Amino acid sequence: MAKIIAGIGSSHVPAIGAAIDNNKMEEPYWKRVFSGFERSQQWMRDIKPDVAIVVYNDHASAFSTDLIPTFALGTATEFPPADEGWGPRPVPVAKGHPQLATHIAQSVILDEFDLTVVNKMEIDHGLTVPLNLLCGKIPPTGHWPFPIIPLAVNVVMYPPPTGHRCFMLGKAIKKAVESYPEDLRVVIFGTGGLSHQISGPRAGLINSKWDKNFLDNLSKDPVKLSKIPHIDYMREAGAEGIEMVMWLIMRGALGEKADEVYRFYTVPASNTAVGHIILSARDAKAKAGKSKMKRAAARAKADVRKSK
Amino acid sequence: MARREQPYDDIPGTFVFDADRAREGYPINSFCMSLMKDENRKAFKANEAGYIKQFHMSPEQEKAILTRDYNRMLELGANIYFTAKLGATDGHSFQHLAAVMTGNTQQAYADMMLAGGRSVEGNRSRTGSNKAYSLSVEGGATQAKPAKKAKAKPKPAKKAKAKAKSKSKSSKKRK
Repeated sequence: MAKIIAGIGSSHVPAIGAAIDNNKMEEPYWKRVFSGFERSQQWMRDIKPDVAIVVYNDHASAFSTDLIPTFALGTATEFPPADEGWGPRPVPVAKGHPQLATHIAQSVILDEFDLTVVNKMEIDHGLTVPLNLLCGKIPPTGHWPFPIIPLAVNVVMYPPPTGHRCFMLGKAIKKAVESYPEDLRVVIFGTGGLSHQISGPRAGLINSKWDKNFLDNLSKDPVKLSKIPHIDYMREAGAEGIEMVMWLIMRGALGEKADEVYRFYTVPASNTAVGHIILSARDAKAKAGKSKMKRAAARAKADVRKSK
Repeated sequence: MARREQPYDDIPGTFVFDADRAREGYPINSFCMSLMKDENRKAFKANEAGYIKQFHMSPEQEKAILTRDYNRMLELGANIYFTAKLGATDGHSFQHLAAVMTGNTQQAYADMMLAGGRSVEGNRSRTGSNKAYSLSVEGGATQAKPAKKAKAKPKPAKKAKAKAKSKSKSSKKRK
């Protein structure tokens, strides 16, 4: 049986991708951002997932306003990086996992989540930046360490799906994964955020208090997060901060209880508050992944102590 | 057709890209999308007014594009991820656009971001509904800053330790 063992929340700021591609990772401004992910990369190497579901949004790359799917699940065998105006990012083509992806699509559609199935799709910084942050810089000739299943969510045109809908979809994805016969250890990414507004005269808005409460509640009271009305995301976390609803798909997929393994928060990267969290699914720890998860979590904690 | 008024029109300095604006702005966003191709960027730069004719925009939309009035574009249905492509065609970074939209120099805007960004205080509402939405752990319906801190303390010992450490680390970094 397949199992979702952990969730990863991560911002997907495009300037982070540009800093990686242009070798600016050692500059003090960017080092402050990247150093927060060093332990996460070690954690990722330790737990070695078999596949990652990556919840993200497209930014006028694969989808224009001709077609605006609310939830679009990528079932292709591979996903090339999109040309976002400066040529495709120099990252590997991501391999898909069509068998698990089509299984999830069928399961959640029958569970009344009417998502769009996408057999051909390019992926933009919304997906590739979090992969870089968790897996490091990998040249286009290399390979990402695991296959991915992209789940693109419309958070560009208002209204995006509600936080509650996202949370419930996460639960349906968990159920789908657990009904897949092969023993796979799956992680799920929720990307985007945290607070930021990049449009209009109010651009530059950051709300660190909101962001920290959001991170706290991912383990303490996710149901509370699932009830935040859209207008309050926009007021408090910025017009573009509404993309935080995508983290709730990730959280919903971890089951009732999840434990915080690690977090990182810094302001700013370009126009955005960078937030990152790793959560382990509590019921997954009793199963196959237990010892690996424990070791990885212990190591992340030890590193936090060391770096103090 | 006049745009319907919406509750979120109350958020200051913000043009929410809703389905009405997406409809109205379809020609602008399609134009911006066309700039993903180098040959189109060249054709546009060679004859801006001529190039945009094919997208059948309103005269206001054409004017906003030709004068690079980025806020007006948003108001008329453009979306920021699309207008960023126009900015890139002009050779501008995203922070340049942000500075233009906020009426700042790029340096002043970058400095504001380094100092922690624009505060939400006083920026929630035009009409005075400036009360914070409380997200604090076990918090009530209103702003509860001191209560939050007091209540957040009793945590299971093991987790609390790890979190306090990672928190102090990130807060140190922010300074």
